[in-house]
Amino acid sequence: MDNVPMLTILGLLPLIGALLAFVVRGKAGRQLAMAVALITLVFGLVVFFGSADSDLAETVSWIPQIGAWYALSLDGMGRAMVLLTVILLPIVLLAEWRIDDSKIFGFEQPRWGSNVFGGFALLLEGFALFVFMSADVLLFYLFFEATLIPMFFLVQGWGGTNRGRAAMKFLLYSLAGGLVMLFAVIGVYVVTARAGQPSFLISDVAGISIGGTLEQFLFIGFFVAFAVKAPMVPVHSWLPDTAEQATPGATTLLVGVLDKIGTFGMIRFCLGLFPNASAWATPLVIFLAVVSVIYGALMAISSKNLLRLVAYTSVSHFGFMVLGIFAFTTASVTGSIFYMLAHGFSSAAMFLVVGFLLNRRGTAEIAAFGGVQKVAPVLAGVFLVSGLATLGLPGTANFVGEFTIMIGAWPTQPVAVAVAVLGTVLAAVYVLWAYQRVFTGEVTEQTEQHITSDLAPREKLVVAPLIALLLVFGFVPQPMIEVATPTAQATMTHVGMSDPQPGSMGGK
Amino acid sequence: MNPLEIVVPVEATGLFQYAWLMIAIPLGVAAILLLGGKATNAWGHWLGVLGVIGSFAVATALFVQMLGAEVADRAVQVSMFDWIDVGNLNLSAALLVDQLSILFALLVTGVGSLIFIYSVGYMAEDPHRRRFFAFMNIFIAAMLTLVLADSYAVLFIGWEGVGLASYLLIGFWQQRRSAALAAKKAFVVNRIGDLGLLVAMFIMMALFGSLNFAEVNQAADTASASWITAIGFLLLLAACGKSAQVPLQSWLLDAMEGPTPVSALIHAATMVTAGVYLVVRSHILFELTPAASLAVCVVGVVTLLAGAWVGSTKDDIKKVLAGSTMSQIGYMMLAAGIGPAGGAFAIFHLFTHGFFKANMFLGAGSVMHAMDDDTDMRHFGALRKVMPWTFVTFGIGYLAIIGIPPLAGFYSKDHIVVAAWERGMAFGALAMLGAAITAFYMTRLMMMTFFGERRWAKGVHPHESPGIMVVPLVVLAIGSAALGMLLNSAIQTWLAPPTGHHPHATALWEIPWQGWATLALVLIGVGVGYLMYRGEISFEQPRTKNPIVYIGRNDLLADQFNDAVFVRGGGKLVDGFQAVDDLLIDGGVRSTTALATGIGDAFSRLQNGYERRYGLWMVVGAVLVSVVLILGRLA
Repeated sequence: MDNVPMLTILGLLPLIGALLAFVVRGKAGRQLAMAVALITLVFGLVVFFGSADSDLAETVSWIPQIGAWYALSLDGMGRAMVLLTVILLPIVLLAEWRIDDSKIFGFEQPRWGSNVFGGFALLLEGFALFVFMSADVLLFYLFFEATLIPMFFLVQGWGGTNRGRAAMKFLLYSLAGGLVMLFAVIGVYVVTARAGQPSFLISDVAGISIGGTLEQFLFIGFFVAFAVKAPMVPVHSWLPDTAEQATPGATTLLVGVLDKIGTFGMIRFCLGLFPNASAWATPLVIFLAVVSVIYGALMAISSKNLLRLVAYTSVSHFGFMVLGIFAFTTASVTGSIFYMLAHGFSSAAMFLVVGFLLNRRGTAEIAAFGGVQKVAPVLAGVFLVSGLATLGLPGTANFVGEFTIMIGAWPTQPVAVAVAVLGTVLAAVYVLWAYQRVFTGEVTEQTEQHITSDLAPREKLVVAPLIALLLVFGFVPQPMIEVATPTAQATMTHVGMSDPQPGSMGGK
Repeated sequence: MNPLEIVVPVEATGLFQYAWLMIAIPLGVAAILLLGGKATNAWGHWLGVLGVIGSFAVATALFVQMLGAEVADRAVQVSMFDWIDVGNLNLSAALLVDQLSILFALLVTGVGSLIFIYSVGYMAEDPHRRRFFAFMNIFIAAMLTLVLADSYAVLFIGWEGVGLASYLLIGFWQQRRSAALAAKKAFVVNRIGDLGLLVAMFIMMALFGSLNFAEVNQAADTASASWITAIGFLLLLAACGKSAQVPLQSWLLDAMEGPTPVSALIHAATMVTAGVYLVVRSHILFELTPAASLAVCVVGVVTLLAGAWVGSTKDDIKKVLAGSTMSQIGYMMLAAGIGPAGGAFAIFHLFTHGFFKANMFLGAGSVMHAMDDDTDMRHFGALRKVMPWTFVTFGIGYLAIIGIPPLAGFYSKDHIVVAAWERGMAFGALAMLGAAITAFYMTRLMMMTFFGERRWAKGVHPHESPGIMVVPLVVLAIGSAALGMLLNSAIQTWLAPPTGHHPHATALWEIPWQGWATLALVLIGVGVGYLMYRGEISFEQPRTKNPIVYIGRNDLLADQFNDAVFVRGGGKLVDGFQAVDDLLIDGGVRSTTALATGIGDAFSRLQNGYERRYGLWMVVGAVLVSVVLILGRLA
């Protein structure tokens, strides 16, 4: 097994599948895309468990003149993200199984068939997997930008009336962020070249202590791109618009997988390559993170559309993750990585369940519903369970994430945690108020007319694994915590921080 | 602090290793009922009853086991698995079975079993009876997690779990808008309290490196006094939310929207007393912070009077009982704040209150059953003749709560009044005043419901409830009558280790002067209530200009305050944010987008129809590059 380039195969599988799905038209293409997604899932699980005890890293010189490498590797955080990506893909494809069915409400006439949707989704999966596996800054950057292409078409091709504008807004925002990052990538080359040997290998760059203003500039270059991705206030406004217009399946991939590149990048690149600058920027970053937590939650409360509401909850939750990352304790960073995984599942559950409502009603406006629980009790039940995970109820994975972040961050950032913890109350308000308005009360006329069926077996199959994962990781989080911990420990070593000892704050 | 007083639990052996079954059984039953769907409709309620009875059986077996054990071996730790272990954070899922938690577990599962059996009859007509029993089992599992936890972290899982169960059951009839609103309110207000517990845990972790009760207790005196005081106040905040203490009391009265067995089990006998449990469980921390302890006493006294005030003005029988619950928990809180001398009495009162309040709530449910779900006492009257069983059992609960010797409430409340008097004259006097008001409003309830003339609405034909509802009433009434005498001195010795209490023998017939004084005040309260409500009572609620009555009827204006400050004020704030987000943050971006969209449109017109091919070429390119790379590697 040692010579088999497992990681390359893992990344290529969905890309080849995408190619085939584009070519094979109609229902066969859709089935083919699903088959490839399932094969990738199995292979992804093999890699996930296989990478625990053997080093799967691949390093091949690519453009030696500039020190670019085709280098892939997987650490704990990468494994968690690979797991998230390969699990979400088949679920999304199943959720959007009937995406080109004109009888389905909620969408404008789609531009392309469902095989094309599957193709772009697989394309996105392949690029995202390479992003999570890249051990070379340039390679990372190329795939980072490449993910925009399938995402753009996923938004552009299916969804509401204004999806074209939303897709463009998403693209421009991301490109702007990416452009800033490009300067920093070039800067990395300059730094390593100046040190003697030009190299984009992350391990090489991390070995160089840059220091000074240069490091700060490079940090900013990467951080801006990641802050746009992760959506942090104030560069978040593309997300609600995109979520409102795109199909819930596409949004799931966007928020569940692509946005994770933001927090992933912060840990791997900002903290890993520019430790001094990270420490320098911490006060501002923590401030923005806390603002994101509270602001995102308040905006979610006042949202009148369920898709926008869920998008804003993500702004709030990404705030928690960034808070955990920049609090610099092993527990808080591990909590952030764990939360990245948990949020992937909970946001997927929320978006896809809202999608079920959208398919029946033709709109996700909250005012368009009322009393749905009575006519579709199972739909109401899965919305509530997903919502309870979103509000971080103990027993769900999100609680473990939020709790570990906050209790870990308390010794270094007590004020920020004390403010961010208010987000848990606001979360109860936005989830339960939405539930109350959509599902409780007497059945309204519009509900009676449009919500004529409870969940179909296919729809149950979509949410069941997500809910199961949220509960399993909520009650038994330790195995996944152990996957994430080494990355957090390595990061702590990079930034030269050590965990505060108990009693160092507030002892006698 | 005498370190010898801190109990370090021993590792579980024998039967104790199976303590987790108490939680697993009802949880499994809930899962079967929820996932089984309609297939389980026919027998689901009986399986639901079996769930709690199974838990009760395990609890009883452990209790017997504990009775036979040495005092030093009575606190047992049951380890299960590592929950979260990273860096300095080390949390394990483990249970603590000791004298305090087993007593609470017996109360939850014992009274719970009776209420479950009663519910089979009470909910017989409801199409969603299976779902009801599933939610009730979730509650039992969560409540037992709360009381059996060996750390604040596991306690918190149960703490929020009972909040969820409470939310689901208050909103059980969620087609009713008022029920849906009440459920949401209960959850959100509870979450505000939960903030306190969360931050308290953050601080404890930073100070002591552990959230385990025994380890926190052992390290408690290494921390600075100001941090301990902060923890004390934060735990008090949590307790206020869960136990509906002022200022977080407003949700409990609305919670009466839930089915009456829910009010009996969750919002009277068990869940709402969890705040008292938390304070008693943390007594070693509170002993180190006089300020927070005093605050606990003040909150207790204020709430015991506020609850009595509300109870005196309501016409809705369940809301009178809800006000009374607030008030009685106020007594427990007051006792818990007094310290080791009061902690055991707080739990004693918690235990007897669990019986007589569940008894009266189920009695009220029986009355509602007879009156076509009417809860307005102005439409009752003269029910003692048609509902003799309900009347007699309710009457025993009445005598118990107002504290007539030798019923349960007399003993448990008497101890609190005496201890309060020793803590401070004002506390003692106000606790006595509360006892008098309790006697007044409970007499009012009895007069309006069971005595006087019949004022029934047209078409209502009251009748006694079926046997399956009457039997639990009888058992609870026996408990309300006898538990005080039975437990009076035993419970103090039993609870001495976990509460730090130093029992002094109290004979049943020894009544201190405070006891006599309270009894006299109670009789005055009964007399006033009798005189005021023996005459004619109008069918409609008369308008009032009396501010005391007005404020009481409107839940002390808490809703008006919340509405003005949080709902309307918060709404304006949030709407303002929406405008800012739209105009400032997004507007700046939009002007750029407008330009770009123009270019983009032109671009897409040029490329119309070719996007797919574009995507295709992208893939071809990517695949080619990768293939070349692999080949290069193999070469």
